[in-house]
Amino acid sequence: MFDLKNIAQENVHLFSYRELNILLDVNSGSIHVLDGAASDLFQALMEKKVMNTVIDKYGETAVQEAYQQLLAMQAEGLLGSKMDFDADSLLQDDSYIKSLCLNISHDCNLRCKYCFAGTGDFGGDRQLMSFDTAKQAIDFLLKASGPRPFCEVDFFGGEPLMNFDVVKDTVIYAKEAARKIDKEIRLTLTTNGMLLNEQVRRFLVEHKVKLVLSLDGRAETNDFMRPTASGRGSYERIIPNFQSMVEELDGVDYYLRGTYTKHNLDFSHDVEHMASLGFRELSVEPVVASKEEDYAISEEDYPKVSKEYDRLVDLYLDYQQKGDPFNFFHFNISLEQGPCLSKRLRSCGAGFEYLAVTPQGDLYPCHQFVGQPEFCLGNVTEGVKDKSISQTFKNTHIFNKKDCSKCWARFYCSGGCNANSYQQSGDLLTPYKTGCLVQKKRLECAIYLEVKKMLHAEGEV
Amino acid sequence: MSSKLHIKTLVNPKLQDTIKTGGCGNCQASCQSACKTSCTVGNQVCENK
Ligand code: SF4
Ligand code: SF4
Repeated sequence: MFDLKNIAQENVHLFSYRELNILLDVNSGSIHVLDGAASDLFQALMEKKVMNTVIDKYGETAVQEAYQQLLAMQAEGLLGSKMDFDADSLLQDDSYIKSLCLNISHDCNLRCKYCFAGTGDFGGDRQLMSFDTAKQAIDFLLKASGPRPFCEVDFFGGEPLMNFDVVKDTVIYAKEAARKIDKEIRLTLTTNGMLLNEQVRRFLVEHKVKLVLSLDGRAETNDFMRPTASGRGSYERIIPNFQSMVEELDGVDYYLRGTYTKHNLDFSHDVEHMASLGFRELSVEPVVASKEEDYAISEEDYPKVSKEYDRLVDLYLDYQQKGDPFNFFHFNISLEQGPCLSKRLRSCGAGFEYLAVTPQGDLYPCHQFVGQPEFCLGNVTEGVKDKSISQTFKNTHIFNKKDCSKCWARFYCSGGCNANSYQQSGDLLTPYKTGCLVQKKRLECAIYLEVKKMLHAEGEV
Repeated sequence: MSSKLHIKTLVNPKLQDTIKTGGCGNCQASCQSACKTSCTVGNQVCENK
């Protein structure tokens, strides 16, 4: 007699995290909190199990009530809702290149062991981008972005501050060129901090360049993976620079970000260390590496990684309760104001909305593909010559990825990182399994924290 | 006898409906890789709201 008709497994996700049972209706994005009776009932219904144990545990009345409530939700489109549209036609719209990663320096003063850029040179020569090329890249972006009012440029490397003069000239040029045609260019610079001196900092603050500051956490973690060219640690030198930078930014418009590897699977301690140094905008992410590397994270590490995220949830709540909260990038989730569906079908836009530019001006789908000639799309002077590469990337939406089309996380993750997929499986459409596990874990933590916040605001906890 | 509430709905953003309204393309590119931080779309907010 109990039956919820036609609810596909992939359209709902029920999980218990600590004291809460949370149900996500994937297609509507609606979120519900269930008590024990409703949660056990729903699970039994989805697994087509007999109800006796649930009824024995909660009593006939409670189970009937919960059942009626589930039926009502289903009728209102809040449970097991469907999604009827043709992804290909939705995604056939024009797209415009609106973001560039400028590899302003293919040279670096650190020798980070996991560097995908081959310790700065991307498998080529150690080169610096000329101002001329940077200017052409900006002109290319402003034109290619068509009607889009906002463009983004990230100064990247290698270490971009090894070519600071060109960064400076480009920042000034980009802002002015955008202003002339009523557009806005948002600028970011990713740096290891070695050259972040007072003069550099003043310039970045004055020109509202957002910062991504690279630190892996504790001194021993950081210095093991991020030594200088002469083999010494970088921690001592960069921390004061980062602290001054963040102070001068008034604590906003930056992220302190790190990478965790097999060598620091206890990375919650690294996040804790960052917080203890006074930083409040934090992000620490798993390394992207081929399986052969000794620091690569493999599926067998997942239980440990998962526990670390749980510890991070504790830490996050602790700081919040003390009235001194920190922001952990992957725990930010907007359950109500998130992006529209067409954005969620393919996330990063690499290859068709986002491109990377090498010091010579060559265009690649993103910084992770730089140096792989089969992915070169053209250059900043002539623009995109090989449109088929853009098309290939446009087609990497979640409905073309078998695993993603049935994954509950699909509208939050959007199919993962194409570069990761390509590195791990040699194919853009097959996501990287361990990455998926981590992604889903982080999402559960993020949803839990957000739900808790909402219940708290309503005075329920 | 009024029945007890076993389920509480917290949000309903009606994601399906954004097929019609969305797609303005003004939002940020969102790299997920470990060397950038703009990351997952789940972490973003819409520029149009
Ligand atoms: S990449 Fe993995 S976690 Fe993300 S939607 Fe696809 S299957 Fe799900
Ligand atoms: S493919 Fe991966 S690394 Fe490249 S922009 Fe997209 S998410 Fe980032």
